[in-house]
Amino acid sequence: MTTAQPQLGHTFIAGLWKENPVFRLLLGMCPTLAVTAAVKPAFTMGLCVIFVMICSNIVVSLMRHLLKPHLRILMFTLTIATFVTIADLFLKAFQPVMSDTLGPYVPLIIVNCIIICRAEACASKNGLIISIVDAVGMGIGFTVVLCVLASIRELLSTGKIFEIPVMFDSFVPWAAMAMPVGAFITLGLLLGLVNIISKQN
Amino acid sequence: MLKIKHFAEQSWLLIVSSFIFGLLIAVTYASWKPRIDQNEKDKLSSLMSALITDADSFHPAIKNADIISSKGKILKTDIYKAIDTNNQTIGFAFIAVGPGFADKIKLVIAVDSNCENIFGFKVLASNETPGFGSKITEDYYANQFELAPVAKLQLSKTGIPEKIDSQIVAISGATVTSDAVVKIFNNYIIQIKEKLQAEGLI
Repeated sequence: MTTAQPQLGHTFIAGLWKENPVFRLLLGMCPTLAVTAAVKPAFTMGLCVIFVMICSNIVVSLMRHLLKPHLRILMFTLTIATFVTIADLFLKAFQPVMSDTLGPYVPLIIVNCIIICRAEACASKNGLIISIVDAVGMGIGFTVVLCVLASIRELLSTGKIFEIPVMFDSFVPWAAMAMPVGAFITLGLLLGLVNIISKQN
Repeated sequence: MLKIKHFAEQSWLLIVSSFIFGLLIAVTYASWKPRIDQNEKDKLSSLMSALITDADSFHPAIKNADIISSKGKILKTDIYKAIDTNNQTIGFAFIAVGPGFADKIKLVIAVDSNCENIFGFKVLASNETPGFGSKITEDYYANQFELAPVAKLQLSKTGIPEKIDSQIVAISGATVTSDAVVKIFNNYIIQIKEKLQAEGLI
């Protein structure tokens, strides 16, 4: 019990900073660059990834003793695709506008490296609780980064956050920040900042 | 026999999982389908209103009209007539489907009351490549269809996009998607005109 608690805590914290999927592992770059023009779609994408990662980690962890080594990637993909389809259907049914905004990026979660990475590195080797904690930590870490990136881009490109105007009247929107170039520049600067902080620590 | 046994030993988990996951998706889809359909109807209504801005309401003019695809397959579509505040028919709108670069493209196309000119199109569903094929919604491409004649459209790689004629200038980097939209138009508009003529609606 005494060793399990720190291990759970370490697993959870790792996803937020030390092994953050975007800042430290550089995984899941496609949605990181593509859906961060505004905070709302970025937050929705983060929630979808958390849902898919928790569900797939649970299933993979439960079937880990039955997995054949050469078929494991196929099983991971099958599991992930199922839960991504459910998340996609949920958005279509209950959040149609957001579903249209995110477009093909929700189905593309199937090929998101973070999820398959956690299934392979954690869920297929650990018990249920550790796998769930790992998915929650990684998912929150991913969502926070997406929201930070989206906040900067939305603020500079529209002067708004969550579509609420927050900038002064004379603010001139920086249109490039809403475009792919804005995503690359913001991500590059944030990665540089994270590296500086890490070195100092 | 040994081969079958080996196959079963190796793949039973995959087969069982596929069946269970398939069932899970089928149950989820069946339970949320009414909501998804209603959302699509609402979206269709708003897109038709955006295309024919003077319309007060839309009513089905021909239900389940048969459209023969380029591969000879029979497709069904509903044709809606747009009614203005004076109860006059001011145009028609319909859903047109065709293969795109990545997946099927679903368009809403609107034509005038005589089915002589196109009002334009809106994308109802598309999974085309973001940043390339997705540009079919942008003004540069979409505006070329506005007031174009209801006739066979042609795609060209160069030309003047602002010119109103049957020539559509492709999007650079998304020629396949540009071509797919033109093919959808060519497949539908002539047949829709014939259906409307046969029903005495134009």
